[in-house]
Amino acid sequence: MKVLLQLTSTCCLAAFALATPVRAEDGAIDYSKYGDYAVYGSAPDEPGACSYEAMAKKDYKGRTLKVISHAVPVIGEPTDLHAKQFHDLTGAEVDVVHIPFGDLYQRIMIPFQTHQAAYDVMFYPSLWIGDIHDFLAPVPDSYRDVSGMKDVTVNYRDVATWGDQMVQYPVDGDRHYLKVRADIFNNPDMQARYKKATGKDLRIPTTWEEYNDIAVFFSGWDWAGDGKPHFGSAEVTKRDDLMFSAFISRVAAYAKNPNVKGGFFFDLATMKPEINNPGWVKGLEMFIAAQKAFPPGGNNFGLGDEIFSFGGGQALMSYSWDDAFIQAMEKGSPIRNKVTAAPLPGSTQVWNRNTNSWDKFETPNAPPYITWGWTSAVNKTSKNQDVAFDFLCFFSNEANAELDLQIGRFGINPYRTKHFDPKFWQDKLGWDASVATSYVDTLSGMDKSNNRVFDLRVPGVNQFMSTLANGVAEAMAGQKTPQEALDGVAAQWTEIVNKIGPDKVRAAYANVVALEDQGR
Amino acid sequence: MNGSGFRAYKLAFLLPGLLILLAIILFPLIFTIRVSFSSWDAITPGLNNAGGINYAKLFGDVRYWQSLGRLSLMAVGTVLLQYLLGLGLALLVWREVKLRRFFRVLFLVPMMTTPVVMSVVWRTIFHESLGPANDLLGMVGLGPFQWLTSASTAIVSVMIVEVWQWTPFMFLLLLAGLLSLPREPYLAAAIDGAGPIRTFFNVTLPLLAPVSIGALIIRLIEASKIMETVYVLTSGGPGTATETTGYYIYIRGLRDFEIGYASALSITYLVIMIVALTIIAKLLVKVFIGERT
Repeated sequence: MKVLLQLTSTCCLAAFALATPVRAEDGAIDYSKYGDYAVYGSAPDEPGACSYEAMAKKDYKGRTLKVISHAVPVIGEPTDLHAKQFHDLTGAEVDVVHIPFGDLYQRIMIPFQTHQAAYDVMFYPSLWIGDIHDFLAPVPDSYRDVSGMKDVTVNYRDVATWGDQMVQYPVDGDRHYLKVRADIFNNPDMQARYKKATGKDLRIPTTWEEYNDIAVFFSGWDWAGDGKPHFGSAEVTKRDDLMFSAFISRVAAYAKNPNVKGGFFFDLATMKPEINNPGWVKGLEMFIAAQKAFPPGGNNFGLGDEIFSFGGGQALMSYSWDDAFIQAMEKGSPIRNKVTAAPLPGSTQVWNRNTNSWDKFETPNAPPYITWGWTSAVNKTSKNQDVAFDFLCFFSNEANAELDLQIGRFGINPYRTKHFDPKFWQDKLGWDASVATSYVDTLSGMDKSNNRVFDLRVPGVNQFMSTLANGVAEAMAGQKTPQEALDGVAAQWTEIVNKIGPDKVRAAYANVVALEDQGR
Repeated sequence: MNGSGFRAYKLAFLLPGLLILLAIILFPLIFTIRVSFSSWDAITPGLNNAGGINYAKLFGDVRYWQSLGRLSLMAVGTVLLQYLLGLGLALLVWREVKLRRFFRVLFLVPMMTTPVVMSVVWRTIFHESLGPANDLLGMVGLGPFQWLTSASTAIVSVMIVEVWQWTPFMFLLLLAGLLSLPREPYLAAAIDGAGPIRTFFNVTLPLLAPVSIGALIIRLIEASKIMETVYVLTSGGPGTATETTGYYIYIRGLRDFEIGYASALSITYLVIMIVALTIIAKLLVKVFIGERT
């Protein structure tokens, strides 16, 4: 009997060891069992409800979790990876469906609208919260109290929150910021050339006027010394490829006045669109003027083009999400450790819609734009909510997040306080201290701002953004003047608001305004 | 077997096929018509009754009508070019030439590739910084061209890809038509002393007319759905310069999730296409066959 027990326990232990994701001898977690992840090293399994250790004690055999996620690799690959790990730990079957971005919205929305629990867990862009919050299960208190969740920075807790309820589970942090070639800005020869040509000092731009001036100067000649022409600015300009975010980044400086409360996209009181006011028009004029500094084809750059243009060393400056910066800092990149991060440029003149005049600022007004970001949520009608929340809790536990951050193609970017430690980026990825410091200072600085811009998180957000992008594209192509284009967009926005119902849009928009207007 | 028994017997055999036809062709169409009379979107799910509001709205939708005009230009332009090139290629390999089989297969390669993949390849070719198109043209002193970022050249770029991809289809049909032509009219033309040009215009082209009309109509139907190429190459830009009707409906339906309105756009587009293609078919018959019909 004793032998039998010993044999049984040995078998059980062996089975557990086989089923448990690989741990290094010190108990740290690594992904080497699941693919070509060995180079990313390991991370400690921090104790707590979401840890590997805690998950290994769960028994979800016979339970199946249906998950919808983006196509591989961005967010899709980590979904697959953590689904396999979760299965190995808990026994749960996790069926992941990968959908290209263009189809993701309707694949999530149609089951919601037809009351089918097609998916237990959804991964999607966080700005869709205005359309789908009614279909989402609030994150239970027990998960809001875990260490990983408590460490999520205020911006990304806000992004996950609708009213006073957290309905999205944070797995990523996104924002727009400026990236520039530090080696060129710090080069005395380049500084002298710029001074001679313009009479100004070459410095990292703090206004969009400076940005455009520098970009134009550094366009069309070989400032990198590699025998090829280089250019000043790479921006996301392709109409249906997130161009609206690039435009909002530029506009915020002119139209998000810290002294004016009650709405950036609309006047919350009247629900009149503000997108054709002089601040917005000025932002569009500056966007159009910047075209002179784009690389060839830069008028049709999607996000991927922008990433590779800046990340590949073709452009001096860029602004958007982390990807271009991460691409520039990849091992083997020709501009590794030659870049620096900075807040978005601002403006010393900001439109005040209350006084119908321009307010002047000594320090440029530069509102951080907390845009987009992948998020996750659990279907309110799911019968597997316990498993679903455990999966998300596991997906984003400290060890996984630490490793995921290092794998650029995963599309997961800093969203916890502990991610804003320069030493992490120096030790794990070999970044120079100055690069790592500029990166974490820029990102963490946005949490301290009390003049933030969030996405238009209201019902029908895709309709609003699609019409905005079309108007901007028409102006960029010269089909309409900036004022005509934005007047047209404002008319369409009014039509959309009236169709959805002004009260309904106002109620949703009040949540956005509450985030933007609250001080720090 | 009496007459009515025979009809019932025939009907029993036809019924499964008819039901399948109804299920796979008519049901989606009828459902789309029903959806087009609803205001189904992200906020109002399901099939409510919105009357003709979507149809009323589309009459004032400038972007839709512009896209339709643009589509007409692109479809007619590309199909005519495909016809001319396809006929030329078919005539080249119709008669005995060296490596005839090799060329026949080679000419078909573009058609056998996946449109989305080839559009990605062409986007790379047209890439104004990295693509070979400008490099190659630069060697002979031409360009650089703004292939995808200028309104006039972007539409030409989309048409180039369409012509490249679908000329083989035209080639295939016209070659099949040429190979099936009877030899006697050519013998008669030779006896009458007709040269190659006269033979082509007076014998080959008239004999090939039914195949030509069929090929042109099939390609026009397909070309009126240009979508993948636009999606990958330009996303309808710059501005709306290359936005076709199919792409616009995709944006309104799947991106903006205005299902009801996109259905109304689709049904209207379908009706316009049926009317336009019927007229075009009659015109083609008149041009190719003349008064003989």
